[in-house]
Amino acid sequence: MILGHLAVLSIVFFFFGAVIIPLVSRLGTWVPHAVAVATSAIVFVINATNLGYVLSQGTIRYAVGGWQPPIGIELVLDPLSSFFVLLLGGIAVVVLWHSRYPAAAELPGRTAPFYSATLLMLGAFSGIVLTGDLFNLYVFLEIAALAGYALLGGGSARAAVATFRYLIFGTIGASFYLLGVGLIYMGTGTLNMADLSAIMAVTGVEPLLVIGFVFIITGVGLKMALFPLHLWLPDVYASAVSSGTALVAPLGTKVAAYILIRILYFVLNPDLSRFQLPFTQVLGILGAAGIIWGSIMAIAQKDMKRMLAYSSVAQIGYIALGIGLGNTYGFIGAVLHTLNHACMKACLFLVSGNLLAAGRSQSIDALDHSLRKSMPWTSLSFTIAALSMIGLPPTAGFFSKWYLLLGSIENSAWIYVLVIVASSLLNAVYFFRVIERLYLPRGDVAAEEAPVVVADNRPSLVAPVVFLALLLVVLGLGNVIVVRQLIQPMLPAGF
Amino acid sequence: MNVPQVYASSAPLWAVLASLLAVPAILACTRAPNLREACTLIAAVAKLAIVLTLVPDALNGRAAAIELIEISPGITLALKADALGVFFALIASALWIVTSVYSIGYMRGNGEKKQTRFYASFALSLASTIGIAFSANLLTFLLFYELLTLATYPLVIHKESPAAVRAGRMYLAYALTAGLVFLAGTGWVYMATGTLDFKAGGMLAGSGLDANSLRVLFCLFMIGVGVKSGIMPLHSWLPAAMVAPTPVSALLHAVAVVKSGVFGILRVVGFIFGPELMALARLDLILAIFCGSTILLASLIALRQDNLKRRLAYSTVGHLSYIGLGAALLTTTGFMGSTLHLAAHALMKITLFFCAGAIYVHTHKTEISQLDGLGRAMPWTFGAFGIGALGLAGLPPLNGFVSKFYLCLGAMDAGQTAILAIYLISGLLNAAYFFPIVVRAFLSRDLKNEKYGEASVWVVAPLCLTAALAVAFGVFPDLIAPVFSLAEIIAAEIMQLAPS
Repeated sequence: MILGHLAVLSIVFFFFGAVIIPLVSRLGTWVPHAVAVATSAIVFVINATNLGYVLSQGTIRYAVGGWQPPIGIELVLDPLSSFFVLLLGGIAVVVLWHSRYPAAAELPGRTAPFYSATLLMLGAFSGIVLTGDLFNLYVFLEIAALAGYALLGGGSARAAVATFRYLIFGTIGASFYLLGVGLIYMGTGTLNMADLSAIMAVTGVEPLLVIGFVFIITGVGLKMALFPLHLWLPDVYASAVSSGTALVAPLGTKVAAYILIRILYFVLNPDLSRFQLPFTQVLGILGAAGIIWGSIMAIAQKDMKRMLAYSSVAQIGYIALGIGLGNTYGFIGAVLHTLNHACMKACLFLVSGNLLAAGRSQSIDALDHSLRKSMPWTSLSFTIAALSMIGLPPTAGFFSKWYLLLGSIENSAWIYVLVIVASSLLNAVYFFRVIERLYLPRGDVAAEEAPVVVADNRPSLVAPVVFLALLLVVLGLGNVIVVRQLIQPMLPAGF
Repeated sequence: MNVPQVYASSAPLWAVLASLLAVPAILACTRAPNLREACTLIAAVAKLAIVLTLVPDALNGRAAAIELIEISPGITLALKADALGVFFALIASALWIVTSVYSIGYMRGNGEKKQTRFYASFALSLASTIGIAFSANLLTFLLFYELLTLATYPLVIHKESPAAVRAGRMYLAYALTAGLVFLAGTGWVYMATGTLDFKAGGMLAGSGLDANSLRVLFCLFMIGVGVKSGIMPLHSWLPAAMVAPTPVSALLHAVAVVKSGVFGILRVVGFIFGPELMALARLDLILAIFCGSTILLASLIALRQDNLKRRLAYSTVGHLSYIGLGAALLTTTGFMGSTLHLAAHALMKITLFFCAGAIYVHTHKTEISQLDGLGRAMPWTFGAFGIGALGLAGLPPLNGFVSKFYLCLGAMDAGQTAILAIYLISGLLNAAYFFPIVVRAFLSRDLKNEKYGEASVWVVAPLCLTAALAVAFGVFPDLIAPVFSLAEIIAAEIMQLAPS
């Protein structure tokens, strides 16, 4: 009985958790954390079950409330959406598991609203991924945004200002999206994605619809922080609560990337967005520009979290580039990089959280080699994640770059080849700068002689970070399994 | 056609694992130095033993191969012990044992810090080197090639002094750039041919790439392997990396790392492009111009170095290009000369570095001008140094003569008198920058230097051994290990000749 409703359960559980946390938070300070972790763990299991079912039995279409589409809202679990929703659940479990001490330390007495907002946001993210309805997607987009503001704005005053800017940008993005949806509804009379796709196959895509899609893509590009619409991102990531950043950075922009893939390759006919309209070309160029810009800006940063934030801009560029290539390798590269980057960024932001928890500043200049003794596991995990960001084998980052490279060569896009090569070097510059600081003394005798205070002592701080670092190596060597089992079934028609 | 018969065997994998598994063991034994060094020695001996079991098959035209996991659809992480791979693996693993013994003497004699990191990185470097030797396809090669860069970085910065950190940055900048350019070339080959498997005689034959594409592709690969093989203008990291402890300079910067680079050249020339395409697109000319000028320039620069290790480094740069130039000749004798020189230079240069290290650890002298009369105090060390120097100048009866003889034969077979002249002039230049050191050590007098005795036996025994081997291989090239026969097989394989 309940198995028939598995599709909707991930959203329901997250929202239920969000509501129940304020109610049970009086039972003890540990309760909100426990509820959040338990909820995401349950959702992870549900999503894994769903993915297995979808891969063996085919797409699940679920009419919410029994109202049949195209009038009612439909949830669609196909290989693409079930993969993304599983990624959401997985990252959520790891980051929330880690968040116990950092959240309590950074938001004393306010963990219940923090976890509540977190689950609300995760539920909305799941909704964005699962829904088969353009307007319903907008609703989830807004829920996610509002919960996200609450999540990121808590903490310092700087965070509030940065988040306010994010709010303005986010609202503009959402308005663009809504405007686009309105135009499309005007032109076709439907909001259901499958229905829309079927109608466009008959009527063709008139200029009105093209304008509608341009609005949608622009709005989503803003949410995704696609260059040059990324301006809101660095401030928000740098000033927010570390657990919040560790959750939003790997997931928030990925969800927007998912919307782009869905719209460009599933709602629109892939041949249309690849060959007749310039959507993918523009996306590729912006992605490439973002890669270079983000990497250069990351080198210029003195603050670890800001550096990671700009590196996110660059990594989103990789995903956009892969989507924009419009061929099989590009698509594989983009989706694989979504997974890889989610794990790498989560790992790196958790490391920055560990530094904060150990009373360290986020300034890169303040890092010193006493960390290799006081936080050996954290330092090692940082190094592995950094190598993966640079794209060195056998870590995961190497292989997503490999597919993106193959895709670029297939299109004879030599500029992109150059961009991928150059950006890896730029990544090496800013990551090895940190690694050097972590492992090499700077002739500072006082630091050399200082007694070692082991700060890697809480399992909940260390284990998630080490787990993600190990996962990066496993994902790298096992990338073919992911590509064959998970990504190839989701390839759009015509690839 | 001479295609090696392939059979499934996990021996190539165990050859890699022998030192890879030693890494955790070494790390675990931080507090027990003797146990830690025992781990290194056991791994080294095990590695050589495994590689030796592969030699008879390589001689009979059989290659052990193992496919591990798929790392990209259609491309596996695959190891294959063909003749060229076994040849390189044999040199690297044999010299690792000698270097391990030497390292113990050197590192303890010098009271170096962070020895655990040193030995662990060393073992990892060797695992990567053997991985490079046995790689069956380009992606596997690239994987180990990058791993080697990462594994040697901690060794370059071992002293953690500002100079060492600078050298480390430079090394990473050069090596990572090269790796990425190589990656771009690999991607291109894959898209053009749909395969990445090395094939004797060239995998690009029949790929339909036009001559200009081939030239660009060749340049990509040459930048990729050119950094590690020190082809000018990509060589600057090597003299800078001399700041590393001497065992590192000896094994990695004279054998494992730089030879991985020239091994890459042989793979690129013989197994990716193949002699036919090389000649057709005039790629041999590109290679010859760069290698030829590197030989002459590096020798001239070496003349002006007063720091002993830097002089050796520039000499290495020159000798690495001997091998590249030999490959550019595209003749059987040229390939034989290249392969033989790969072994010969390894043995002689490691001797010279061992000597430089022995001098440093015992007397703390690093400059050539300080060596007056030291030969009388350290006769074994300087005797070995003299043998290595004679060999590099190409005099009989040393192994350097044999390889150089074949290189010159190759130049004559190809009708390239200019290249022949380069080899001969370079021999003279080698003599000009090496002999004064020996002469100064034995014939000049400096009473202050004569108070020193010979360095510790841990240090002196390895260098005498390698010098003796250099003589032995010069007189009987096939006596101890079938180096000469392997070189013959490799050259025949690349040139697609019927086995003789």
